[in-house]
Formats: sequence, C-alpha cells, structure tokens
Amino acid sequence: MTLTTVLLLAAALIGIGIYGALSQQSFVMLMMGLELILNGVMLAAVGFWAMSGAGAPEGQLLTIVVMAVMAIEMAMGFALVVAVYRGKQADVTEAIADLRH
Amino acid sequence: MNPPLAVDIAFILLALFAVYTGWRVFRTDSMVRASFFLLLSFIAVGAIMLLLSAMYLGAAMFFMMGVEMMVMALFMVMFMMNPAGLNPMMMVHQHRLAIGAGIASFVIVAAMALLARFPHRPLPADLQEVESLGNELLGESMLIFESAAVVLLATMIGVVVLSSQRGRYGNAGEGSMPPGLDPGGEPAGMPEKDDEDDGGHHHCH
Repeated sequence: MTLTTVLLLAAALIGIGIYGALSQQSFVMLMMGLELILNGVMLAAVGFWAMSGAGAPEGQLLTIVVMAVMAIEMAMGFALVVAVYRGKQADVTEAIADLRH
Repeated sequence: MNPPLAVDIAFILLALFAVYTGWRVFRTDSMVRASFFLLLSFIAVGAIMLLLSAMYLGAAMFFMMGVEMMVMALFMVMFMMNPAGLNPMMMVHQHRLAIGAGIASFVIVAAMALLARFPHRPLPADLQEVESLGNELLGESMLIFESAAVVLLATMIGVVVLSSQRGRYGNAGEGSMPPGLDPGGEPAGMPEKDDEDDGGHHHCH
C-alpha cells in the first residue's frame, strides 16, 4: 500500500462516479455517482494525510469537510427529488427540461 | 504494528472490492440493490482508511454511510420504479459520452498519481491521530468546523422549504397573481377556470 496505489484507487472511484453522474437518468442514481466521486476524494485526502503529510491534522479536517459536503449534497438532492416529484410526478432528469433552450 | 504484507493484501482485496461494488452500482437492475452496493463500496473505503490509521474517519465512514444508504434505499422504494429489480433495466442517456468522460477522468487522475512526485512523509510513530484531529477541530480550525455547522443548519432549513407541501399561509401557489400584460390589466397566464370570483382575490386568513 503506497500513496500511488491509494491514489489509483481514488482515481478509479472518481472515474466510475463521473460515468454514473453523467449517464444515469434517475435523480437518485445520479446522486450515487456524485457520492462515488466524493468517496474517491475523501480516500485521496486520507492517503495524502497518512503518507505525504506527516500526519498534519488539516488532512483529517479536509476529509471531515468533504463528509459534510456529502451530507449536504444528499439532503438537498433528496429535497429536490421530492419537490420535482410533487410538481411533475417524475423521477428522471429528462422530465425537467423546460428551461432548455 | 501490523505486518506490512498483511496490510498490503488487505488493501488489494478491499480496493478490488470497492471498485467492483462501485461499478455494480450502475449495472444492477434493482435500485435498492444499487444503494447497498454503494454502501459496500463506502465500507471498503472506510476499511482502507482504517488501514491508513485514520481511526476516527474510518469509523465515521461506517456509521454515516450505513445511515445514508438506508435512507437512499427507502427513497428508492418510495419514488423509483422497479426497486426490486424484477425487470432488466438500463436507464441511461449520453452513454458513450459518459463512458468516455469516466475513462478520461480516470486516466488523467491516474497519470497525476503515477507521474507526480509527492514527498514521502509518513505518520510519526507517536502520533495520536484522533486526539490531534480533536485539537484541530476545536482549536486552530474551529471557524471552519463551526461554519460547516452553520451550512448544515441552512441545509436543513432549505430542505424543509423545498420538500414541504404547503407554506405557512397555505399552498405556495395559492393567491399569488402574475402581473398583467399591461399596467392594471388582467393577470397573464392564469388558468381559465376562476369563475366564482373576478380573480384578483386574496385569501387572507
């Protein structure tokens, strides 16, 4: 387990997450893609903290901030899902294309 | 300390498991199963954080993701079609572009990981990592920590506003009048049926 292998794993998770966030039609599946991206970011932050940062506490703090971002993304995403469902009875991104040019 | 070989083997197995379950999230027919695959991927990453001796963050990952993915599975059952995966399902758009973007981002980040030279500064042997995190959160970086709390509070309020069916004075759309096309004219774009009154009438209780 070296910093490079940890970062490669983080890169794989970020790549899968970007694929999911761009390809999925369902809102909740799209959010899962975003969560996978943040998962990779957190892993990379912990990897840097443990292997390249000499245990500086800011590395762990950064991970906690990303965790908070993840919780916010999740809560706002679900609230938007509920709001769109109330308005349109829809759960796919294509249903809210009203403002497209 | 753990023997390094055991750590390496555990890391490789967990890494393969995290990537496999992360990939299965978008390949399974059932949306509930997708959220549990995502949970497994997060748990594998949390275990890798434990291997990296980030004890607090690894444990926090288990608890936070356990709860978060249960909520997600509940939402799948409530809102999504086909939560049980009884029919094969593939709901994607711009699939080629998405695959290309995923591979391109992996290649770019992996190239950065392989080509960049990062300093090798491992954890000091006597580091109390949980204690140092606590001192940082409630010491030097308290402002950051507290602003995260304020942002979470704002999120809670925003979530309630977005997801509540009615506002404080009734339904959100009720009684609101779009402006007329000319000054003082009829409200524009109102639905046809409004025949019991003249319109322009506000319910004020």
